[in-house]
Amino acid sequence: MSFLSDVYAGLFYFAAFVLVAGLANKIIQYARTPAPLKIPTTPAPTTKLGVTLRMTREVVFFESLFRGSKWTWIFGWMFHFGLFLVTLRHLRYFLDPVPLLIEMIQPFGIYGGMAMVVGLAGLWARRFLVDRVRYITALSDHLILALLISIGVSGLLMRFVVHTDIMRVKQFFQGLYVGQVQILPADPLLLLHLLLVALLMIIFPYSKLLHAPGLFFSPSRNQVDNPREQRHIAPWAKRLEQD
Amino acid sequence: MAKADFQVPVLKQYPEIPEIEPGVMAHSSPFKSKPQFQADLGFPGELVDDWQTKAIDKMGDLLGRYRSLRVYLDSCVKCGSCTDKCHYYLGTHDPKNMPVGRQDLLRKVYRRHFTIAGRLFPKLVGAEDLTEEVLGDWYSYFHQCSQCRRCSVFCPYGIDTAEISMAAREIMDHIGVGQKYCNEIIAKVYKIGNNLGLPGPALVDTLEGLEEDVFDDTGVEVKYPVDKEGADILLVTPSADFFAEPHVDGLIGYGKVFHEAGVSWTLSSHASEAANFGMFIGSYENMRRVALRIREAAIKLKVKRIVFGECGHAWRVAYSFLNTLAGPWDFLDPRYPVPQHICEFTYALIQEGKLNLDKSRNDDMVLTYHDSCNVARASRMGDRPGGQFDIPRAIIRATCNNFYDMDEETIRDRTFCCGGGGGLLTDDLMEIRVKGAQPRVEALNNVMQEKGVTHMAAICAICKSQFTKVLPYYGMDLDQIVSVHQLVSNALVLTGEETDDEDEVADEAA
Repeated sequence: MSFLSDVYAGLFYFAAFVLVAGLANKIIQYARTPAPLKIPTTPAPTTKLGVTLRMTREVVFFESLFRGSKWTWIFGWMFHFGLFLVTLRHLRYFLDPVPLLIEMIQPFGIYGGMAMVVGLAGLWARRFLVDRVRYITALSDHLILALLISIGVSGLLMRFVVHTDIMRVKQFFQGLYVGQVQILPADPLLLLHLLLVALLMIIFPYSKLLHAPGLFFSPSRNQVDNPREQRHIAPWAKRLEQD
Repeated sequence: MAKADFQVPVLKQYPEIPEIEPGVMAHSSPFKSKPQFQADLGFPGELVDDWQTKAIDKMGDLLGRYRSLRVYLDSCVKCGSCTDKCHYYLGTHDPKNMPVGRQDLLRKVYRRHFTIAGRLFPKLVGAEDLTEEVLGDWYSYFHQCSQCRRCSVFCPYGIDTAEISMAAREIMDHIGVGQKYCNEIIAKVYKIGNNLGLPGPALVDTLEGLEEDVFDDTGVEVKYPVDKEGADILLVTPSADFFAEPHVDGLIGYGKVFHEAGVSWTLSSHASEAANFGMFIGSYENMRRVALRIREAAIKLKVKRIVFGECGHAWRVAYSFLNTLAGPWDFLDPRYPVPQHICEFTYALIQEGKLNLDKSRNDDMVLTYHDSCNVARASRMGDRPGGQFDIPRAIIRATCNNFYDMDEETIRDRTFCCGGGGGLLTDDLMEIRVKGAQPRVEALNNVMQEKGVTHMAAICAICKSQFTKVLPYYGMDLDQIVSVHQLVSNALVLTGEETDDEDEVADEAA
């Protein structure tokens, strides 16, 4: 099966490149674009520390979403926190030796996987059941949910139903670090799981998944409320003053 | 009840989230600006040739200048959190009035022209070319947004539809599709100095009239000066304060407060307008040009401080943008924030016990308070976050015995816009104004039923004008809306004032 392994090796090199380069490109673009006016949604923190806390609450607890829609918050937070645990659990396939913390987190990663799938199912159900959400849903919104839920389900199936040779999977990825293509087990479920993950990495910088870096650059959330104390002026606005 | 040629929403006891009714507000769009007003603002007079290309170019220009626009157009995940938050959606049921529905009108064109996914797979990601039909939707629905920012409170990424609406209006202005109401008003500010086109001599007349009224009322000579060089304070207030009701009662109140504080102050005929409609049309250049008039007036009149009167969007531009647009203010007295809100000024005097307030003079009213959207979600008062909610309420409590808040879901940073903000306060948009007022009027109605509230105080010229016009459609009285400084004016016992109370006390003693 070395042909398949070659294909997957190439796919993951490509996917990793697209993810990193695409995201870096976007982050640089966001960082370089000036925010000419102070527009925090008030009441807003008046210090940098306050802004850090506000941002932390948004990133960790989805504070604004909690205020906006309880159902979306429950499912959305389940999915994201589940995905976070799953990601931690998966680090054991990519790190050698495996850190103690990652070893300890293993069982929680499995619960995370279940929470992730349930959360995604709830979010998807909303797209059919709530007329307002149905109206704003594009085909791509369904496809991204299908992609994520397939990744979750295929992963859980490998854990509980059709096991794969996980040590050889780990060797495959360890090999990629040093440019060697090891043989990947030719289990259909594993190949599907990895294909979908690679696809997710590739579409990340070109889809609504940009909300992840976007949040950190959102002026209504990351600005300090101090416009009277400190003059805030963008370079292009400064040039107007020289005319 | 005012007559309407459309269905006025029915007020409910409990708010309901309506089912969507696509397209029901597609017919609502404001009159277009005449070529002469477009020219005054530096925009083409009518739809330019090659408008699609020019619009896309302008969008690219704005994407490079506004991080908000770029990030907000990229980040939306269509979670639906905002869908039931806009008062225009709640009042009209049109899904293009859901914040995300409105944003998507611009986002689909952005995706088509500025993203790989939209270029390659337009159908898949909902990307569309800028057609005449899309432009029609833009003109219609971006003039059904009051830029109140309620959606941004509930968005997990803080996406602010106001930023999108401003960008869309800016793009449309640059291809010659401007809105009459806003652009005509900005042109008036350039020519005359204020939104209402009230020239200097008329202003002087009006203010002399006010001085006489206050003297007749109180026996105290309270001055309302204009263009007085060397005054300490420059008061910049919305021009509606000069004659509209209940605005003018607020202006009378500011003058009485300044009088009692013993400070010298002045209005300016050059900067006789606090509102800055440049913000509504998303034009940094026009907003800056309007704001610079205040700087010019401050320099000419050699004032030491700047205080703003009651006006919502004006206070946003003043508090959040004035330092950026027309600063630095290093020639003013550094002991005071620039600018200050009249409520901050009055509140400080109340704290110091310098105002003799007789609350019973407002006993004929049971008050509630409407947090104006741009004060609530785009500015601050005082030195703590949330001062914009607490300070006006503290003033009302210090001047009135009877005060009840409306439902928590509809006040503070969750307040509903009056329905007339953001450049919509024009008769050609009456239907959207009336329907958009529904969530606020519903909350008002409930507190009227439950607490016996009779009046609603506000600190925004647009809110006051809007409610005066719109409340009658709901079977309420136009005079149920009052200025916060009208309450101050009523309760304030001026030094040396002849009061009926003293006579009564004298009678009782005798």
